[in-house]
Amino acid sequence: MRDVVITGIGLVSGAGEGLDAHLAALAAGGAPNTDTTTFEPFPVHPVVALEWDRQIPKKSDQRQMEAWQRLGCYAAGLALDAAGAKDDAALKGRMQLIVSAGGGERDYAVDGQILTGLRQAKDPGVFLNERLMGDLRPTLFLAQLSNLLAGNISIVHGVTGASRTFMGEESSGVDALRIARERIASGQDDIFLVGGAYNAERADVLLIYEMGGFLWKKPYASVWERPAEGGGMILGSGACFLVLESREHAEARGAKPLAVVAGIASDRARRRAGSVEEALHALAKQLGAKPDLVLSGATGIKDITEEEQAALKDIAPGAAVHATGNLVGHTIEAQAATGVALAAGLIAEGKAGEALVTSVGHWRGEGAVRLTKA
Amino acid sequence: MALRDRQGRPLVAVTGMGVVTSLGQGKDDTWAALTAGKSGIHRINRFPTEGLRTTIAGTIDHVDVEPFCAPMLSERLAMLAAEEAVGQSGLAREDFPGALFIAVPPVEMEWPQRQALAEASGQTGDITYKDLLKAAGSGRFKPWHDLFIFGTVADRVADRFGTRGSPISLSTACSSGATAIQLGVEAIRRGEADAALCIGTDGSVNPESLIRFSLLSALSTQNENPEAASKPFSKNRDGFVMGEGGAALVLENAESAKARGATILGYVLGCGEKGDGFHRTRSSPDGMPAITAIRQALDDAGVSPEDIDYINAHGTSTPENDKMEAMSCTAVFGERMAGLPISSNKSMIGHTLTAAGAVEAVMSLLTMATGRIPPTINYQVPDPAIPLDVVPNVARDAKVNYVLSNSFGFGGQNTCLVFGAEPKGA
Repeated sequence: MRDVVITGIGLVSGAGEGLDAHLAALAAGGAPNTDTTTFEPFPVHPVVALEWDRQIPKKSDQRQMEAWQRLGCYAAGLALDAAGAKDDAALKGRMQLIVSAGGGERDYAVDGQILTGLRQAKDPGVFLNERLMGDLRPTLFLAQLSNLLAGNISIVHGVTGASRTFMGEESSGVDALRIARERIASGQDDIFLVGGAYNAERADVLLIYEMGGFLWKKPYASVWERPAEGGGMILGSGACFLVLESREHAEARGAKPLAVVAGIASDRARRRAGSVEEALHALAKQLGAKPDLVLSGATGIKDITEEEQAALKDIAPGAAVHATGNLVGHTIEAQAATGVALAAGLIAEGKAGEALVTSVGHWRGEGAVRLTKA
Repeated sequence: MALRDRQGRPLVAVTGMGVVTSLGQGKDDTWAALTAGKSGIHRINRFPTEGLRTTIAGTIDHVDVEPFCAPMLSERLAMLAAEEAVGQSGLAREDFPGALFIAVPPVEMEWPQRQALAEASGQTGDITYKDLLKAAGSGRFKPWHDLFIFGTVADRVADRFGTRGSPISLSTACSSGATAIQLGVEAIRRGEADAALCIGTDGSVNPESLIRFSLLSALSTQNENPEAASKPFSKNRDGFVMGEGGAALVLENAESAKARGATILGYVLGCGEKGDGFHRTRSSPDGMPAITAIRQALDDAGVSPEDIDYINAHGTSTPENDKMEAMSCTAVFGERMAGLPISSNKSMIGHTLTAAGAVEAVMSLLTMATGRIPPTINYQVPDPAIPLDVVPNVARDAKVNYVLSNSFGFGGQNTCLVFGAEPKGA
């Protein structure tokens, strides 16, 4: 089996743009910037303002994407830059792409008008048809379609080995990394761009999680403090992409590895009291984890957050523990990649020797990534 | 017979198949109708069609789910197909010894649910998302969180069949079903498991999804005679017809399948894929990504173009796809292409979108098993720009040992699979 290394990171969130900005924010500590008014009573972690032109040069491309796709496309460009791959068309032509994605994004005004009109409509079905035919922007479909983040990365950045899009909330983020790693380790492929993007500043996603009762409705508090007050997650806007490749491939092209992705494990516990704690123990054991650093994807949701804390006490006694949710919010499909990026950055800075990144989904799915020094 | 391929990887056998389409439930019914040249396309009666440019589809109307919505129907179609496939394989029905790879349509909340939230909000003036959010906080709609998140169909299927590990839900647009199979093949080749359950499912014919495709001018508007609307490779083709379907394949390491005495239905010998950065919905004019995907699939299978006896086309009936597909196949197969049978199941079942690659994989394997090539129906006006043997209108008996199945999708997705009755050189 071949070593799999990280050679490029592209990261954007409320904490800033780029790996360095995130490591600086992590080191500084303190409460992150949250927007508590736009979607009151739901706080969100808004993404910082980005100069889109720097990674998505054509305005026509920017217009073809909704916010989550633009964020992802931007972060993908940063990762390619960081890996020294941006200007190598041949390399990008054989680079494989796995994106973990949700999708959606609505035209909120149109939805509201239709719902208002439906109440009085003589024939609601016909009214709906007419309004959707007349009011939906034809390009909105592509801007909300799950696999079109990958499609846009291919178009804008020329990453055209082949793309696959995984769905399924937090799990898709871990599994995208896992499959990429296995394909490199087994020798099937040499280099991947992997990651995800999330736009939290959307009423329609808040709606889904509010129906399930998962959202934190008070001012920002650390994920570790929330369970005592009922628990809940604060969604965050952001994106993270990683360039993964075999050590040999990185060496041959003179790319400097930040860290080794030593192992990735994921599973799907049938959730009940204690299942998350058991699952994390099993995953850590499977990976042979002995971390001195933990990047936790904890959501702040009651029970599962405490179970993760309990598991980490056993798995990583004495390790420094950071929650990505306290830095960037919960970015669902992008959460696992974000944790891996931060861990790799800290390892590359010499601040840790071995890291464990956890991903406990808000509703299902448990995963862990073990990183070691390059 | 060696149970490894030329690259030393485990051979991947198919030991179970299941399918449900607008032509019927189960592979026997579907296959009988498909080889009889029957169409499953009909007028939509699931919802009003006044005001729509397209009023026909290959919906599956004999399956009831509650509440009726795309994720529920897609889940049910996946379950039906997987029950048939796992049943045929003889593997444990509730303790499947491998992972689940499932192509599912991207889901989101639908209009009946938005309306219910709007009503529950008590708002009598203009409705906004603020009102919906207020209603959502009542706790009355908790099950809809689970229903409308992306991982739920996979989770429920994984529960039902007891598949191992984290199930993978995926989308590569209209090549999703083929990608699910490719992921399963790769997992077995890597030795992660001896079996994989690979599914493609799509039950998403609802007003908004139909209108979205309609606004992109992707759909046929030949509504007068629904059964004749999908006419792949014909000069008068004008778009695809949406279809619903589900298909499942049980893939196994051939060695372990033989060891347990399973009946091998065929082999997935090769997979190929290539991205296209040309445009969101159109393919590179030179066809290079599709050509590369086909060549990769042949190489991966260790077969040459001369070995392929039949191509199960993507064949959507859109002006663009069929022209591009014909050009790409001709580039790979050369002069042989004029006489190499290529037919489109979509002429009869429509474009089953997320499910298509898996549905058509089952049909490809049945073609080899029965020695009968399903036709391209509605082929009355040949397109002089596409001089192919499309197996026009009537099924044909032929010995078929190797099949190429093409899947191409929006977003530059090109995935091709090669199936064999036996491994090459066996």
